[in-house]
Amino acid sequence: MRFAEAWRVALEALRANRLRSALTTLGVVIGVAAVVVLVAIGTGAKSYVESEVEGLGSNLLLVVPGEVNFGNAPTVSPLTLSDVDAVARIAGGRDRVAATVSSGETVQYGTSRRFASVLGVLENTPQVFIRTLARGTYLTRSDVDTGRRVTVLGYGVAHALFGDRDPIGQQMDIAGVRFRVIGVFAQLGESLGVDRDDEIHIPITSAQRLFGTSRVDGLAIKADDASQLGSLGSRVVAELSRRHPGTEFSAVTQDQILGVLGKVLGILTGVLAAIAGISLLVGGVGVSNIMLVSVRERTREIGLRKAVGARPRDIVVQFLLEAVLLTTLGGTIGIGLGIGAAAVVAALSPVPAAATWWSIALAFGVSAAVGIVFGVVPAQRAGRLDPVVALRSE
Amino acid sequence: MTDVPTAAVEAREVSRVYQMGGVSVTALRRVSLTVAPGDYITISGPSGSGKSTLMHLLGGLDRPTSGQLWLGGQEVGGLSATAMAQLRNRRIGFVFQSFHLLPRTTALDNVALPLVYAGIAAGQRRRRAAQLLELVGLGNRMRHRPNQLSGGEQQRVAIARALVASPSLLLADEPTGNLDTATGAEVLALLEKLNAGSGGAVAGGSSPAGSGVAVVIVTHDAEVAARARRQIRMRDGVVVAEAAPPGAAR
Repeated sequence: MRFAEAWRVALEALRANRLRSALTTLGVVIGVAAVVVLVAIGTGAKSYVESEVEGLGSNLLLVVPGEVNFGNAPTVSPLTLSDVDAVARIAGGRDRVAATVSSGETVQYGTSRRFASVLGVLENTPQVFIRTLARGTYLTRSDVDTGRRVTVLGYGVAHALFGDRDPIGQQMDIAGVRFRVIGVFAQLGESLGVDRDDEIHIPITSAQRLFGTSRVDGLAIKADDASQLGSLGSRVVAELSRRHPGTEFSAVTQDQILGVLGKVLGILTGVLAAIAGISLLVGGVGVSNIMLVSVRERTREIGLRKAVGARPRDIVVQFLLEAVLLTTLGGTIGIGLGIGAAAVVAALSPVPAAATWWSIALAFGVSAAVGIVFGVVPAQRAGRLDPVVALRSE
Repeated sequence: MTDVPTAAVEAREVSRVYQMGGVSVTALRRVSLTVAPGDYITISGPSGSGKSTLMHLLGGLDRPTSGQLWLGGQEVGGLSATAMAQLRNRRIGFVFQSFHLLPRTTALDNVALPLVYAGIAAGQRRRRAAQLLELVGLGNRMRHRPNQLSGGEQQRVAIARALVASPSLLLADEPTGNLDTATGAEVLALLEKLNAGSGGAVAGGSSPAGSGVAVVIVTHDAEVAARARRQIRMRDGVVVAEAAPPGAAR
């Protein structure tokens, strides 16, 4: 009953000062909305990265020289095509091992020029990674074995060079050398910040001749199932180390890549949420401030309530409730805004941002806690007021 | 010290000293006063004479610096703020010069306020508050807010509020100070009626049967002071005279 009265009085107090309540709430609204939307973007980015890495293909083992370290410059690869054959024997077949050598080159058709990422690959690439063709055919084993000058274009390159014309069968220049277009990839879009429609594939043998090298940048091995990846990786690394003493090799799985990226994104999300949390804190200080004003304004009322029998605790509960009401109201509005903002982000960007239930529950809990923490000082001040002094105040 | 007084309130040699910027100001100096059930007392004196301080002590709003104060059989010296609040809630009704009604709150809810802190259910609070408003003649003003009521009506709402929890003592601090003479006389007549026990079954539930609530009025108005059975005059924190002129006794 006393609690019901405190509830009624708190609501009445907020209603009597609508503008003030709204402005005070705004700090909490912004803070909570920021937390919700940033966590939504963070978790959305994480699931985006996951789907992108998984979208490369399943059960992949990536083998590169050097250590896998995002901070270091890549080691110049000592791998050659004979290493690819050796690895293929371990992995159980040539079609299981994809090899690439890549370089950025200028490509030209007629007067249209463009810079593209040129990948020298084996004919098995579409089986190891997931790539589908929009038209034409992919490279064949004989293209690779004989080093034919044929190319499969990424959607973006094809569109930029040929516009609406059919590029199949056309001759074009890659780094000044004539190539014949035999296929065009289906549109892929960006993946992890790289425009994958900007790639063009040519046989690895042609690429090595074009780039004037015999190196292979990296290998990707496809296993039948994920449980084989670990032992396969160590056997491949051992074989390559035997063939190239003095060079380290690393074999990483998609899960390991995801682990590293996930950790980075997790830290980023945490930092962003913490910054948003600071604005929530500032909002809390605003609540504290306005509650002190409210206590001062209603000193006479507090005195009267005490005179007719309100215990100090009744007064404390009344003002705490007012503060908590203020912040949870802000929290609720903030959650709504945050969900809305996340939906806008999801609609306008590739990141599938969605407010998570735990961030909503957390934001609501935190906003209630902010009310208690920042309301307790003003409320206790009200509770301790001397009734005689309070009654006399003007 | 060991006997429990049967009086509504008893002050034994109470003093109250305030600390004001390092200076001790004695507002009350060894004052003794017993308010018996059903008493009608006025306390008068110039401002600064300590009459308001005495009233705050009698009402349990404040504690004496020295001396004993017995409120409803309990000595207040060792009581917590919570216990004092509960004592005020059950034993004392206050009427103030400036009414002290809650704005934006109906007369009915204003009157019911002490019952909220007594932990009484809402329905029962309303019924009881309505009874009291009928008693003070405001049965037709229950849904009005203070700013829709005249000064005299506001003070009658305040009197109803003071009596709603059936206290044994009603303390009025300059109850007519903000009212014109005629309205002031009406309010005084109402207080005297309640003191005499009219409607006592409603108003003075915890008073002895047949008598009304004990009333203590603090005033600087000699005419008001002269109406009581016991008239106490104060100056410089002490009681200088207590008189009961035959002509003023009712």
